[in-house]
Formats: sequence, structure tokens, C-alpha cells
Amino acid sequence: MSKSARALVWVGVTAAGVLSVATIAIHRGEEINAMWLVVAAVCSYALGYRFYSKFIAARVLTLDALRATPAERLENGRDFVRTNKWVVFGHHFAAIAGPGPLVGPVLAAQFGYLPGTLWILTGAVFAGCVQDFVILLFSVRRDGKSLTEMAKDEIGRLGGLIAYVAVISIVVILLGVCALIVVNALKASPWGTFTIAMTIPIALLMGVYLRRIRPGKVLESSVLGFLLVLLAIWGGQWASHTPSVGRFFTLTAPTLAILIIIYGFAASALPVWLLLAPRDYLSTFVKLGTIVMLALGIVALRPTLHMPALTRFIDGTGPVFAGNLFPFAFVTIACGAISGFHSLIASGTTPKLISRETETRMVGYGAMACESMVAIMAVVAACVMQPGTYFAINSPAGIVGQAPEAAAASISSWGFPVTASDMHVLAQDVGEQTLYNRTGGAPAFAVGMAQIFSHSIGGKALMAIWYHFALMFEALFILTVLDAGTRVGRFMVQDALGHVWKPLGRTSWYPSILANSALIVAAWGYFLWQGVKDPLGGINSLWPLFGISNQLLATVALCVATTIIIKMGRPKYAPVTLAPLTWLVAVTFSASYYKVFDPNPRIGFLAHARLLASGANAAAPATARLIFNDRLDALVTGILIVLIAAILVESATEWIRVLAGRKQPVLRESPFVATRFAAEEQG
Amino acid sequence: MIGRELRLRELVRGMASIVRSALQEIFDESAYARFLRRRQLQTSPEAYAEFLRENEVSRQRRARCC
Repeated sequence: MSKSARALVWVGVTAAGVLSVATIAIHRGEEINAMWLVVAAVCSYALGYRFYSKFIAARVLTLDALRATPAERLENGRDFVRTNKWVVFGHHFAAIAGPGPLVGPVLAAQFGYLPGTLWILTGAVFAGCVQDFVILLFSVRRDGKSLTEMAKDEIGRLGGLIAYVAVISIVVILLGVCALIVVNALKASPWGTFTIAMTIPIALLMGVYLRRIRPGKVLESSVLGFLLVLLAIWGGQWASHTPSVGRFFTLTAPTLAILIIIYGFAASALPVWLLLAPRDYLSTFVKLGTIVMLALGIVALRPTLHMPALTRFIDGTGPVFAGNLFPFAFVTIACGAISGFHSLIASGTTPKLISRETETRMVGYGAMACESMVAIMAVVAACVMQPGTYFAINSPAGIVGQAPEAAAASISSWGFPVTASDMHVLAQDVGEQTLYNRTGGAPAFAVGMAQIFSHSIGGKALMAIWYHFALMFEALFILTVLDAGTRVGRFMVQDALGHVWKPLGRTSWYPSILANSALIVAAWGYFLWQGVKDPLGGINSLWPLFGISNQLLATVALCVATTIIIKMGRPKYAPVTLAPLTWLVAVTFSASYYKVFDPNPRIGFLAHARLLASGANAAAPATARLIFNDRLDALVTGILIVLIAAILVESATEWIRVLAGRKQPVLRESPFVATRFAAEEQG
Repeated sequence: MIGRELRLRELVRGMASIVRSALQEIFDESAYARFLRRRQLQTSPEAYAEFLRENEVSRQRRARCC
């Protein structure tokens, strides 16, 4: 293609992007088609990738295709392996795509489709993709070192320590939140519970199949597992229609919480090949397949968004979670815009597979853009529903009431009409007893996804199957995060306690495995139990905590990146990471302040504790526990903020020393070695 | 016309091969194949058990995103 033709194409992409963003931003009062969001997203990512990431690659990072990567220099056939860039891209995307980009945007849709969409697009292009890209490149230049090691080397020992504490706290809070989403999705849902319960024996069967019958044939066993999961979905329908079976799978939230805690402990303590690895493979297969199907469904159906661009709840009175648009929309949507957790992957397995430095752009920036696209699909799934239905599903009983008529009347009075009979018909269509108060985001996403799928394939007759498929998909997804995360958390605790008493650090010593598994499960189990028991807390208070801790990790990553850019002698380009860092600090500091000190008991932990303490039941043991929970949440939030402040001060001190010439910048990069594949590069 | 068809067929074949390779990497089939080559072993339950043992710690420590 000639230069002028290429320029013309990019002018066209820019025009389409501007038109679609303008349509999304300016349109009021009329419903718009979801394709505007899709076009706006595709054009934003394409422009960001083509121009902004190229600028970062050329000017800020000066990627060098002739510099050997660790995959070449340290190739060992195990962790360090030169791998095709598309294969690394797939590997990286599969690792970073979790349930976060699906659930966060669904919850934030209470503000309307506009705030979430704009944050996802700008956040990804200018913050999330940049973070993943630069951390991946910096790790490649440091023999694939982890974020915590880079923080220790480049910022200081405190930076490393804080990164370590941040990782453990985010893992614990993340696991508590994930477990609570599963509980909310499965409570009083025999179909969903049956299907998810069946994935455990299916995973065990896959484990045996992989180890004994067809060693190493993972794809084959994953296809088999997937077919069995489809059978389990069908079986769930049978179970829910058979009262004698269904009653065993119709469980309350506390019962489900106990079962999930037991499952987490088992997944951490059992041999990895038996349960963890096969479930991981199965969920990856289902995850990738479903994301592709959803994308195709949206493009084929081109649904209309019924949710308005902005709702009245931008004033902070939202029923799904309380708090103003700023900062709460920006901590609720983390993974689709910027996620600190990605920096762990970008400094984990991925840098050890990269063949050439120049490929970090496509893998780091490009994979995050795809992840962000998944978040846009979640916005579409949430906003294609009638707003009244969306609020009926996502509002807790403490806000709208338990009785269907009362809940429908409350929601209709907000200007989002819904009737008890509408909700009853919808519940019947999807094979549920009720869809009221199904908080957490997962059931609402499942309803939206089922509506998109059923309009594409099968009509209303298949609505229930699609709904339970979506529910199973999310729960399977989240349970994989839960079991793998519990195990990762157990290792971290073992590493830490190994410094206190050596045997506790031995990963294969069973007393240590059991004790440390119990410790990590107790930590997230506490947050889960608190969410199950507190009608006003739960996901409402825990999700912002998750967002805050996730973005604390992103703050650490961006501090590391800014420090390295300054030490590289390119301070004029530091705003590339400093600007998103400043934004994240503004968001996390203000969100934390509101969560601790806001006088509204629905937002502030301390105000909620005061309200409970001044009530008539203040002396009751259940109330005392809720008051304790609030105070503990406030303490955890306070600790997170102190950690952010400490890492910022340490980083800023380092920047000032280097910029003022008081300290000679020492980069801990591995020395330059020319690639043996230079001819291939130049040819 | 035939040349274009051939090019299209090549393109589809190339894309399918990349998707298959990516899936094999994601699902650790490539890692197992490399293990067999490195150890000069034939696939068997024992060889796979050994591969899992070798990779257990790194797999367990692999971060999983939210």
C-alpha cells in the first residue's frame, strides 16, 4: 500500500473514531446502537496502537531489535524459550483476561453507559496498555525479573517490600471478592450450583485422563471436558426441574460460602495435577471460546442500548454501590482500563518467551487493548437490558426491599419502569426462581449475554441454556482465579514465614502446606463471610477495596516505570507513565478517603459503624461483628494508603536525586548482547 | 485467479497453524513436547508425571489475573 493510501486509511479510522465517540458522548434522550461503542473502541485501540505505542517504542523505550532477549540468552527449553510473537500474544492474553473486565463494567453501568465507556477507552489507551507494555519491556531487559525485584533494584528496598505487601493484600481481597461474586451468582440457583458442582468431578476426570489415558493431550482433554460441561448444563436444567434432586442444590449464601471455603482449601492442599491444572485448562478453553462467541454475537446482532448515557446515580446515590462518579467509577472499573495485576504477568512468564524486544509492543500494548475490548463487551451486555431489569437484578434487598412488588415499585419510582410480572417472566425464561437482588454483576452479565446469544441463536427457547452457560462461564472463570490464587497466596505466605522458621517455608512439607493453606483461606474467607453476613456491605464495600488495592499495585508498577525512564536519561518522556500515575493517585486517595471518612453510612466505613453503634441492636453479637468489620475495612484501607504514600515518597526522592544530579543513575539492566539472529532481523 | 486462491489457502493455513501453536503453548502441550525432546523420552504416563513434577512449582506460582 502506498504512503498516501495508508495515510488515507488512518484519516478514515480517525474520522470513524471521532464520529463514534462523539455519538456516544453527545447523544441524549434516544437509544443508540451498541455498534457505536464497538466502532469507537476498535478505532481508539487502533489509533493508540499505531501512533501512541509507536511513539513510546521509538522515543521513550528505544526498542532494539538487535539486542538479544532473555529467551535467547538464557534459553533452557523450560521457562526461557524463544516463541513466535502471536503465540506469546495468545499466551499473554489468556493470562491477563480474568473476570474483572466483565464484572466491573457491569456494576459501573449504574452511572449509564457513557462514564464506563470513556474510562475504559482512555484508561486503556493512555494507562493500562502503557503500563503493560513498559513493564514487559523493562522485565525483558532485566532477565525476566518480577515487578517486586525490579521495584527493589530500581526504587529501593522499601519499594520491594511494599510491592510484596501489595501483592499479598490484593490477592486476599481479590479472592474474597471473587468468592462473593460466585456466592451471589449461585445462591438459590439449583441449575447453576449443579453445573458448577459437576465441573469438579469433570476436572478430576480430566486430570486422570491427562495423566493416565492420553498423557499430555491437553487440548483433546479440554474439548472432552467442554462437552461434559455442556452436558452438565443440560443436567442442571433437569436437576432444577426435579424437586427431589433440586433441593440438594438449592443453597443459601452462608452454605455456599462454607462450601467455597472448603473448596479453596482443597485446591490449595491437593496435588496440582489432580484438580488445579485440569480446571485451569478447562476454564481457559471455555473463556477464550466464550469471548469470541460474545464478540461475534454483538457484531451479528448489533443490539440497541436501553440504558441512558448518564443516569441520575452519578450523584452518588446509586443502588448498586454508593458513591459519586468520581472516584468510584474509576476504581470499580479496574481491569478493563488499568490493572496492576497485569504487571505481575508482564514481569512473570511472558518476558521469558519474547524473541525480540520489538515484539513487546504488540504483546504488551496489544493484548491489553484486547482485554479492554472484553470490558466494552461487558458494558454492552449490561446496557442492552432494560434499565429497570438491570437495577432489579443488581440492587441489594437492603435498598429496594425483599418483596417483588415493593422492589419493582422502588425501581420504577427512580424513572426505570419495571414490573414484578416482567421480572417473573424473565426469571422463568432463564430458569431461575427469582432474579431480584442478584448482586455482584455476574447474574446481570449472564442475563445480558443470554439476551444477545438468544437473539442470535435459538430464540427464547434457548434463553435459559444461554443464561446458565454464561453463569457457568463466569463462575468457572472466577473459581479458577480462586483456586490458583489461593495456591499462589499460600506460596507467598510460605516464603514470608520461611524467614521466621525455616520448615514453614518448605513447599513440600505437608504440615506447612496445611497450615499456610488454612491461613490464606482464613484471610479471604473472612472477607467472604463478612460480605455474606452484612446486607449493606458485601460486594458494595468490597469491590472498591479490590479496585483500590489493584490500583495500588498499578501505582507501584508505574512508579517503577517512571523511575527507570528518568534513570535512562529521558525525563522529558516521564509524563508517559507519570500522567497515569498522577491520575491513579488522585483516584485511589480520594476513593480511600471517602470509603473511610464519608458521613454517608452507605459509603464510609466509620459512618456505617457509628450508625450501627447508635442503633437499638448495638449490643447484639451480630451487630458487634458488623461494627468490627467496618472498622477493620477502614484500617485495611488506611494501611493501603500509607503504602501508596510511602512508595510515592521513596520514588519521588529517587527522581529528585537523579534529576538534581545528586545521584548517579544506575540502571540494573542486563548488559547488551547482540542477537544471533541479526541477519534474520536485517533481512 | 488460481494464484490468488493459492495465496488465500496459504494465508488460511498459516493462520490456522498460528492459532494451533498458540493453543498448544497456552495449554502446555508445547512445553511437554520440549520436555520430551530435551530428555529424549517417548510420551508415557511416567514421562508426563515427570513433566508435571518438573513444572509443578512454576505452574503453581504462575499469577492469574483478575
